Amino acid sequence: MAPAQPSRAPATTGSVKHGMTMTEKILAKSSDKSKLEPGENIWVNIDVLMTHDVCGPGTIGIFKKEFGKNAKVWDKEKIVIIPDHYIFTSDERANRNVDIIRDFALEQNIKYFYDIKDLSNFKVNPDYKGVCHVALAQEGHCRPGEVLLGTDSHTCNAGAFGQFATGIGNTDAGFVMGTGKLLLKVPPTMRFVLDGEMPHYLLAKDLILQIIGEITVAGATYKSMEFVGSTVESLNMEERMTLCNMVVEAGGKNGVVPPDETTFKYLEGKTSVNYEPVYSDESAKFISEYRFDVSKLEPVVAKPHSPDNRALARECKDVKIDRVYIGSCTGGKTEDFMAAAKVFLASGKKVKVPTFLVPATQKVWIDLYSLPVPGSGGKTCSQIFEEAGCDTPASPSCGACLGGPRDTYARMNEPMVCVSTTNRNFPGRMGHKEGQIYLASPYTAAASALTGYVTDPREFL
Amino acid sequence: MATTLSSIQAPVSTICAFSQRPHCPTGTQSLLFVSKPSNYVIFAKTSYSFKPSKIRPITALRATPSSSPPTTFHGQCYVLGDNIDTDQIIPAEHLTLVPSKPDEYKKLGSFAFSGLPTSLYPIPFIQPGTDSTQYPIIIAGANFGCGSSREHAPVALGAAGVRAVVAESYARIFFRNSVATGEVYPIELEHEGVNKQCTTGDIVTVDLDRNVFINHTKGKEFVLKPIGDAGPVIDAGGIFAYARKTGMISSMV
Repeated sequence: MAPAQPSRAPATTGSVKHGMTMTEKILAKSSDKSKLEPGENIWVNIDVLMTHDVCGPGTIGIFKKEFGKNAKVWDKEKIVIIPDHYIFTSDERANRNVDIIRDFALEQNIKYFYDIKDLSNFKVNPDYKGVCHVALAQEGHCRPGEVLLGTDSHTCNAGAFGQFATGIGNTDAGFVMGTGKLLLKVPPTMRFVLDGEMPHYLLAKDLILQIIGEITVAGATYKSMEFVGSTVESLNMEERMTLCNMVVEAGGKNGVVPPDETTFKYLEGKTSVNYEPVYSDESAKFISEYRFDVSKLEPVVAKPHSPDNRALARECKDVKIDRVYIGSCTGGKTEDFMAAAKVFLASGKKVKVPTFLVPATQKVWIDLYSLPVPGSGGKTCSQIFEEAGCDTPASPSCGACLGGPRDTYARMNEPMVCVSTTNRNFPGRMGHKEGQIYLASPYTAAASALTGYVTDPREFL
Repeated sequence: MATTLSSIQAPVSTICAFSQRPHCPTGTQSLLFVSKPSNYVIFAKTSYSFKPSKIRPITALRATPSSSPPTTFHGQCYVLGDNIDTDQIIPAEHLTLVPSKPDEYKKLGSFAFSGLPTSLYPIPFIQPGTDSTQYPIIIAGANFGCGSSREHAPVALGAAGVRAVVAESYARIFFRNSVATGEVYPIELEHEGVNKQCTTGDIVTVDLDRNVFINHTKGKEFVLKPIGDAGPVIDAGGIFAYARKTGMISSMV
């Protein structure tokens, strides 16, 4: 499957004992080194720094404290500021935090600031996007071979584009803001080979929950997770993002998928920046390798209260649920809603529990109301959702994935059982400490909404 | 305990003094009780009386970055299990608080570990009606700090009065944030199961010179792992100080 690459003359490589993995190559390129080994601490040049309304103010505070209140950011075109976490709320501090990042964006003349001013109607804010990781992809900020850092753990989502992308805290981000560099340790790479034809009832969420269940929530700590194989190649970009999104749930530093035609096609028209894809060498060393025959896998869930508490969906069919949540960077993209719509369409019935839909971005929201769902005779997702009795798709944001201020839409304010397409189910994640969250694919979430119990989507598909 | 906090950026690492210092950067009468390498320092005026469990390491006030981080931490410990994630350390609804604002920094501290299920952890980390903890040392199992990249997590712990976390292992972003901010000292145990041999309230000492963790109440000693790669960054005083020391960025204007 290795694509054609120009061969490098020995003089340029020195005495290389073995090749490098994708992650090692990206970091080598970005630190102006010809080669490096896992474990090395290196200064890396950053291509894009992302921050949002929750961590932006703290990052800005540190930047000004360390570099001076009149300091300028290292590159006003390489910082992307995306309000997305606590937007549609009356919480004064949350609203103030959006003002803080706006003031900074104006002061620094930040090119990419996806502002929102009118909270009562997201549609009248032309710049507003929504969930940062999906917005980064949709706006063409994710490019093969680059280094992307964000003040959010799910920044690893962008690894789907064959780049090094990871989450950092405010202090590190403040440092990057001023210098455009960060001290990073090169992670060894774990390789996950996914082969076999993807069954029609499985989605990328099932694959990553399968993997996390296999290696546990600390199985990939300080490591890179590389996803290859025929199944991965068959996934579209949004599905690849779902895969890389939850790398952090296994403790992973970053995830990567080798870029290919699917990647390049997605990027057409989204970015005018030149990029250079890199690929793992044939002789690269991986710290471990896991192989999966995807054709033999079944829909899975992560039971409370850990993303690695894996169980077959069909073995949880006696678990009565109180609600379903479809949204977040992990499970609120257009493809995720299309998948849910497919299940509702196949069933033709109405949901038995409140079913909350939170599109990740404005673009996703528009897709729900405009794109026809295959096999539906021209119906849109929104029509199918309405017929199934779901809640009206909400304003795009992170929503209740992480609870948030008390008035956040779909926040769990009492103990209840929820099937969710989100990424974490630790105690209190969606609000109430005694809430029980079952992480699942959009297929499984929709199927569960229809029965009122955790349900394997094969009941309908 | 009446305390006001003001945060000031000053290139000092370990400082602990209990009298007025004329060359103190703020020029005020202050009790400095930051015993951690940090690129910023909290100065506090307080009028509480010291109990042995609140003793913090004392070294001379330095005006320039120093390479002598704290060597011991002592006090009551709070014991936790495995996989304590950032939502339990600081629930997301409190993330509207901005850590770089001094008053909000303090408020974050008051919510530290408020996400712990009370059925598993009946002893409150922070006594109701107070805003800081009596447990300066945390003992935990594996994968401490997993979940989000929110720097509010180590900040909340530091603001609450935690000096060190002694855990079997850490999630990487939490560890990195602890080192970068200097808010809590993230220490690793050599062996598993230490948290099962400790009880919340035990009097403990963490000795980084000898790399041992001593539980005085239980009469047991455990081996600590040396700090490793993070050492030079912590010794320098955090990522900014390290970068200045190694010439990566010029000194602060």
